[in-house]
Amino acid sequence: MSARRIFARPARIAAVAPYLWMLLLFLVPFGFVLKIGLSQVAIAQPPYTPVFDLAAGWSALRTALDALSLDNFRLLVTDSLYVLSYLRSIVVALVSTALLLAIGYPIAYGMARLPRRWQATAMMLVIVPFWTSFLIRIYAWINILQHDGLLNQTLLALHIISQPLVWLSTDTAMYLGIVYSYLPFMILPLYATLAKIDPALLEAAGDLGASRVRAFWLVTFPLSLPGVGAGVVLCFIPIVGEFVIPDLLAGSDNMMIGQTLWLEFFINKDWPLASAAAVMLLVLLLAPLLIYQRLQRRELEPR
Amino acid sequence: MASPLQRVSPFNVTALALGLAFLYLPIVILIIYSFNASRLVTVWGGWSTRWYREFFNDRAMLEAAWMSLKVGVVSATAATLLGTLAAVALSRGGAFRGRTLFSGMLYAPLVMPEVITGLSLLLLFVGLNAERGFFTVTIAHTTLTMCFVTSVVQSRLAALDRSLEEAAMDLGCDPLRAFAAVTLPLILPSVAAGWMLAFTLSLDDLVIASFTTGPGSATLPIRIYSEVRLGVKPEINAICTMIVAAIALAIVAASLASKLSGVRGETAAPL
Repeated sequence: MSARRIFARPARIAAVAPYLWMLLLFLVPFGFVLKIGLSQVAIAQPPYTPVFDLAAGWSALRTALDALSLDNFRLLVTDSLYVLSYLRSIVVALVSTALLLAIGYPIAYGMARLPRRWQATAMMLVIVPFWTSFLIRIYAWINILQHDGLLNQTLLALHIISQPLVWLSTDTAMYLGIVYSYLPFMILPLYATLAKIDPALLEAAGDLGASRVRAFWLVTFPLSLPGVGAGVVLCFIPIVGEFVIPDLLAGSDNMMIGQTLWLEFFINKDWPLASAAAVMLLVLLLAPLLIYQRLQRRELEPR
Repeated sequence: MASPLQRVSPFNVTALALGLAFLYLPIVILIIYSFNASRLVTVWGGWSTRWYREFFNDRAMLEAAWMSLKVGVVSATAATLLGTLAAVALSRGGAFRGRTLFSGMLYAPLVMPEVITGLSLLLLFVGLNAERGFFTVTIAHTTLTMCFVTSVVQSRLAALDRSLEEAAMDLGCDPLRAFAAVTLPLILPSVAAGWMLAFTLSLDDLVIASFTTGPGSATLPIRIYSEVRLGVKPEINAICTMIVAAIALAIVAASLASKLSGVRGETAAPL
């Protein structure tokens, strides 16, 4: 037997503990979400009527199954409040992802063009903000965007505006916050593919008479598409369910689905409805999640 | 020399410079204003450290910070252990039954919206009648951050030359010995980086902690969030600056450590 195969056996045993952990704490909880999503809200602690109790036997299970209700889901797809927050989440995620791509691409491209010895430093500089707290970075923007904040002060001092503008609690602020927070997630996969492109290809394009711009669109851009795909799903999925950024930076008249879920859970204490919203969000994200899984597997499991 | 198509153009440099300025400017402004003597956040009243003193007198904030540190250290350590095991299984275990489900469960939380993860864990804890507090937050953070550790360590393992550990086994090591003597020293920098990442993610998390914590055990982000909702306060600037400084220090230390081990790392560790 080869050394590799002998090594594989204990390596597989290493999977046992993390496997059980993730089954119990990642997969099983989704069952709970689905179960609560199908139950009715009750004024109790915890605030829902139990759907079934295994200890009570089969007949109890039968009656419990009859009591299951799709009411929460029906409400979610008919009430305009929820439908609108779904649509808003999708629109915000699409627009933000497009903005991120438009802003992140030139930056990643600039990084890949740097001399080799500078590239590691540039990458470090892009990663560091990702390590700094998410909440702090959003808070930093509140400092700048508030009514008498630095942005208005600067614009007033430069006589570009004569009255302070309202920045906070607008969609502009929210998009700014999202782009700011997710930019490293877009830049890094883009940079990874751009840096791998063989310079000889560009040389060949140049020898054949292509201009810089033409060579970019004919050679560089098509080759960077895997990075574009990775960056897009990496940003799109979490943005759809984003809570903190719209909560702190956007106005309160339009909500994203993450905010609706939070509101139902923490303020209205309607756990079943919040669970149903989580299920719907998950359904919405299923396809992008599967794409992401494939990309991740290709990235981390070569062969 | 490189063809003109590969040269760095002014456009490239400008894009990069603007991008980095965009990423860093807000944090720099935040740090400067944390030393502002004036209570009005936007009026400059000279340099002062009074907001730092204010923080050290704020019991509730200090308790939350202590809570966050405890949760961070314990969950990062558990996550590093579990995540490294998972990475070894995925990159050295070959094909095994349930592998796709396993890797799927480990990759999904990296992008899964936190409201879903938080809510589902809370419902589990309620279903199990677990008392919510330090332990539930720690378990929740371990679950999230071990996935990040897995992918950091896994990408290191994928880049590693397998013939090294195979050579050790040809020389008579059993698999465990080969792992301990060859593989582990080589992946140690990424295991350390994984711990750091897990720790900072835990320290940073608001959403999952809000769902899984109980009364009386608020973490620092939960406290900061409730203050921020009420408006900008100079004390928050000071707290944020200290967190940023701590993280920056840790990153510098980590990169120095990996540089040192990089010098040593290529020559095989003594058996």
